[in-house]
Amino acid sequence: MTTKTIDPMLPLPWRIRRARRDTRDTFTLDLEPAKAGDSLPFLPGQFNMLYVFGAGEVPISMSGDPANPGSMTHTVRAVGAVTKAMSKLKRGDTIGLRGPFGARWPVEEATGKDVVIIAGGIGLAPLRPVIYYILARRERYGRVTLLYGARTPGDVLYQSELEQWRGRFDLQVEATVDNIPTGQNWRGNVGVVTLLIAGAGFDPAQTLAMICGPEVMMRFTVIELLKRGMSEESIFISMERNMKCAIGFCGHCQFGPTFICKDGPVFRFDRIDPWLSKREI
Amino acid sequence: MTQFQGKFRLERAHLQRLFDALIRRGYQIVGPTVRDRAIVYEQLNSVADLPMGWADEQDGGSYRLKKRDDEALFGFTVGPHSWKQFLHPPKQRLWRAERQGKSFDIIQEDDKPPKYAFIGVRSCDLHAIAVQDRVLLHDRSADPIYRARREDCFIVAVNCGQAGGTCFCVSMMTGPKATFGFDLAMTEVLEGERHYFVVEVGTEKGVEAINEITHCEAGDGEQARAEQIVARTATQMGRAMETADIKELLYRNYEHPRWDDVASRCLTCANCTMVCPTCFCTTVEDVSDLTGEHAERWRRWDSCFTMDFSYVHGGSVRATPRSRYRQWMTHKLATWIDQFGTSGCIGCGRCITWCPVGIDLTEETRAIRETEAAGSQSREGISGNA
Amino acid sequence: METLEPLLTAHPFFRDLAQGDTRLLTGCAKNVRFEAGQVIFREGEDADQFYLIRDGKVALEVFITERGSAPILTLGAGDALGWSWLIPPYKWRFDARALETTLAFALDGKCLRGKCDEDPRLGYELLKRIAAIIGDRLHATRLQMLDVYGARD
Repeated sequence: MTTKTIDPMLPLPWRIRRARRDTRDTFTLDLEPAKAGDSLPFLPGQFNMLYVFGAGEVPISMSGDPANPGSMTHTVRAVGAVTKAMSKLKRGDTIGLRGPFGARWPVEEATGKDVVIIAGGIGLAPLRPVIYYILARRERYGRVTLLYGARTPGDVLYQSELEQWRGRFDLQVEATVDNIPTGQNWRGNVGVVTLLIAGAGFDPAQTLAMICGPEVMMRFTVIELLKRGMSEESIFISMERNMKCAIGFCGHCQFGPTFICKDGPVFRFDRIDPWLSKREI
Repeated sequence: MTQFQGKFRLERAHLQRLFDALIRRGYQIVGPTVRDRAIVYEQLNSVADLPMGWADEQDGGSYRLKKRDDEALFGFTVGPHSWKQFLHPPKQRLWRAERQGKSFDIIQEDDKPPKYAFIGVRSCDLHAIAVQDRVLLHDRSADPIYRARREDCFIVAVNCGQAGGTCFCVSMMTGPKATFGFDLAMTEVLEGERHYFVVEVGTEKGVEAINEITHCEAGDGEQARAEQIVARTATQMGRAMETADIKELLYRNYEHPRWDDVASRCLTCANCTMVCPTCFCTTVEDVSDLTGEHAERWRRWDSCFTMDFSYVHGGSVRATPRSRYRQWMTHKLATWIDQFGTSGCIGCGRCITWCPVGIDLTEETRAIRETEAAGSQSREGISGNA
Repeated sequence: METLEPLLTAHPFFRDLAQGDTRLLTGCAKNVRFEAGQVIFREGEDADQFYLIRDGKVALEVFITERGSAPILTLGAGDALGWSWLIPPYKWRFDARALETTLAFALDGKCLRGKCDEDPRLGYELLKRIAAIIGDRLHATRLQMLDVYGARD
């Protein structure tokens, strides 16, 4: 079997099988390879560089099921020129894809332990593959908890899936919103996601935590987990910085001595704690 | 690198034959020449293009050429150019894309770079090339653009006969003597009527080249003379950098007030990153034409001094000039060591010379080292019992 | 000999506190001054002072990576600044920065905790006052969060 040296800067064409608007500024694309039979195995936590013809390229975490590598799912927030152009693409359109890149969530290291997954906003998207992975081998893990915070009920992602997971006896799911604007309905919690940690049943000595969301939210969440008795070595976060190449050459994604594209985006907290407490790094 | 015994003497009058031999072997010769009142690296057609009789005077924010009173061909140090512009080109198209209905085709570039022969590579720049090799060839993957240019490169190093006003290769242990990374290394000797080069061979390719041109073994006196010249250069360094514990020193001092001081001077003009021979950061530009049918992706040099460099949705992570200068200097001198196992700085001094306001990283490091205790004083001003 | 006691007594925080208690707490106090723009404390640092603002303006801020320092509350003359000195692990949870020249009393946290441990009755008095301040801030924050001025979606 010959190994093809693929130029990692060359996107491969993938076709949009389904494009779905999730919230007012977020959409999800299900992609299939342009060439039938191609697949892209990935690990939870990894990301792809998605290219919109003529517009540009952005790093987007995989948010689909790693057991299904023939279908790539990406949940994207339309915040800039490229993502806004991407939000206008439809079923049948082509997107360029490079990847997968990056370090994964510690789904292996978590076997035999309790798992706490804490997501803020769009941070639920890079964590969803972890949930799929764990649920596919549920017996290998202890208590599994998902804590999710969104800005308003209208910003809650994967609502039907959340409700499905909520219904399971082997998964604790708590969702909360910062506030409920007029016209929206919500019977769940109100308050920041860190407030859910106290009520979550997990043994801090036997738990691995995986956190994803805005950096400030992750920072405050870690403080609460440490207060609860967790150790810094059992907490994992996912970092984000400007990326242009995703292969460690352009230099943009540096965070102290690490390159987020290849040393991250998932980091064990104790390894980057000194850098997180510095500013403008 | 295999040890190649013996040193040879090449007469100045025969240097052109080396050029001819390289051209015959299909190399494009690149080396120093005078243009726009600076000594830059460009394609050379003959020895006549070399900066004969020119020297340079450098200091913080200052670069001047001046005439020598001899006809040395390499009587200067390093200028605004480095070899990275050939190995890691400033602008490069990565691929083109053509729309095909709802899809598109990506057309890879047929990258056929010239085979370069670098003439006059200083020891510091040999280290710079090795530093970039580590980043672009020997890390997790290799950059094909760099590799295509680096693989066939023929390097003729020159041992410096004089040090520059901003040089500190001795502090960084990168010179002045070339010790590796070359096919040939030459020391220029001018003694009265005599003008010759003492040549050391570094590789098989170097042996083949030297065998094609008139040369003889260098006598003991000639070798001694060459060594003397290089030893003297080592004593003339314009700057010095204390490198003991430098990584830990900078890691400890991310909040030192010196960063505010340098930020009040730094224009974030990015000159330093352009002239630095190890800076490797690039960006990617996706462009399309007006029809929207054809797109291209280009790669070009970028600098951490721009606001765009650290932009994430919402704003730039390094919004202040203070944080951007700090990023550059701590990357070059500290985090580079954790990333790649060596310093990113090779002591050429270009950043000092070409900074419009003469910011000197040897001085900034010294200031932080000397005032480290002062940097951690408490904040409150006590106003007494008023 | 002039002490800070009369000045402390005049500060709203010490209103209706027994004279003896004020005198005792004066032993933990010193005068401090911050220039405009000066950082008073940073998130994560040891919280070892309880500040009572006499004059000036202070911004409480949170540092957000892509936004820089985001202000969340402004405090002025008569306000108390900081209670993390009271609650383990005694680390500041926000940043505080003087917006203009600010004069304040700084009461040493360890000293205060020591005196409260020795005299729990004094501790109770202090705690009541601080609880009231925290309650007011919480109430205000909730109102802030409701975004009542915003246009309806």
